[in-house]
Amino acid sequence: MATTELVKGVRATRSTIALKLAMAASGIIFILFVLLHMYGNLKAFAGHDAYNEYAEHLRTLGTPMLPRSGALWIIRAVLIVSLIVHVAAAVALWRRASRARSTKYQVKKNVASSLSSRTMRWGGLTILLFVIWHLLQFTIVKIDITDGSTGNEDPFNLLYNAFHGSAWWMTVIYLLAMIALGFHLHHGTFSSLQTLGMTNTATSRARARIAGWAVAIVIAGGFSLVPLFIAFGVITK
Amino acid sequence: MNLTLKIWRQANATAAGAMHTYTLDGVSSDMSFLEMLDLLNEQLLHQGEEPIAFDSDCREGICGMCSLMINGQAHGPEVTTTCQLHMRSFNDGDTITIEPWRADPFPVVKDLIVDRSAFDRIIANGGYISANTGSAPEANSVPAPRDKAQRAFNVATCIGCGACVAACPNGSASLFLGAKITHLGELPQGQPERYSRVATMIAQHDHEGFGGCTNIGECAAACPKEIPLDVISQLNKDLRDSIKQGY
Ligand code: HEM
Ligand code: SF4
Ligand code: FES
Repeated sequence: MATTELVKGVRATRSTIALKLAMAASGIIFILFVLLHMYGNLKAFAGHDAYNEYAEHLRTLGTPMLPRSGALWIIRAVLIVSLIVHVAAAVALWRRASRARSTKYQVKKNVASSLSSRTMRWGGLTILLFVIWHLLQFTIVKIDITDGSTGNEDPFNLLYNAFHGSAWWMTVIYLLAMIALGFHLHHGTFSSLQTLGMTNTATSRARARIAGWAVAIVIAGGFSLVPLFIAFGVITK
Repeated sequence: MNLTLKIWRQANATAAGAMHTYTLDGVSSDMSFLEMLDLLNEQLLHQGEEPIAFDSDCREGICGMCSLMINGQAHGPEVTTTCQLHMRSFNDGDTITIEPWRADPFPVVKDLIVDRSAFDRIIANGGYISANTGSAPEANSVPAPRDKAQRAFNVATCIGCGACVAACPNGSASLFLGAKITHLGELPQGQPERYSRVATMIAQHDHEGFGGCTNIGECAAACPKEIPLDVISQLNKDLRDSIKQGY
């Protein structure tokens, strides 16, 4: 797609970097959300009542200033908008990248890039599929996989049944999803700091890489604890 | 040394190309990579075959013409230009795959030669400072902080070779762009046009069809001038400021 003319009527907001800024901003909103979400999940270690009480608090948060579940819906709206922005920008950049090299190399070596950086797109897609299943299972349809019933309104029991006993494969699915998330966050955290222009020296770049490891391990690790401890019978009803 | 060479041959910009295999004897480990190709071309001429077209100019690592993808790495296995790469980096009996830079904004002209004038247009769309002509200004009248001047000089070593684009899985020219933005943006003379410059240069970059950056870092590893990844952070930061300033 080589051209010969110089572009006129330039808008900085229409550039590929603006798309990346949108991805970084929405990605950071996701990171803050998953950090809170993971913290909430750890309430499962405090038992049935503490966990359900936390779930109830999410609904009464901000009342009576806000209606019941009002704060929850504000958070959901922000997340839905972020998801649309994040995925739309990812798709646009993915298409650009494939058009920028329509003839592939016969031999291509990767020397500096991490596996996580090279799997952002397919890994992101994996996370998207997982998120859809996850929302169906715990939020929208509330599927109890032990008997296939829906609409279980006891959050702790729904969680417990998902990973307890015969449902070992559900634990495996969640652990795989957390590996995908950990990979995505390992590069995504570093990448978002670089996209925001916060890595202008070798030292700040090294710190951003460490931040990538920390965020990935804390979030993916923290999320994995609850399914694992239910599956191995440490967390009980 | 005896070598097997797999080389991309393409008669012209529109013809379909293919990999061709050649064997070459009598390569000295003291030869540069381009001298090795010169030797192959002499052999082809003797056999009445069309020599392989490849670019080179200075052959001393400063012009950036010698763009070759060697065994899947831009400019081959060492951190240097192809002209400064020597055959001692290879072993007797090796098979070496040689391809042109692959990026749609760098169309193949013939064999291993690509057209990198997309870079010239990026420079033409803001990669300069506007200065009055006339007698040279007094150098000491424009103080430049030492650390900023140092950073500007370091990244001004970019020779526009395009290895960063060739190595990038997204075909992005962000390292090149970041080097130019940092070079001009760190110096006092670059300030008046600093924020319009980044907007027009990235617009030209996108318009030429280069991909977006995913901060993967293959570019900096391939750069013969060791331009560091932080110039891309600088580019992003300047673009963010440029948005704030309404460009
Ligand atoms: C829903 C499906 C998702 C898809 C399809 C997706 C896809 C992508 C892609 C393709 C990138 C660009 C890679 C790069 O620039 O290096 C990216 C970046 C990023 N993603 Fe996601 N992602 C998804 C979900 C998430 C989630 C759930 C989080 C956080 C928990 C997240 C956090 C990030 C961050 C922080 C970045 C870095 C932004 C940047 O490069 O500046 N993403 N994502
Ligand atoms: S940044 Fe490095 S690899 Fe890219 S054009 Fe400049 S010198 Fe070549
Ligand atoms: S021929 Fe000039 S840099 Fe290699």
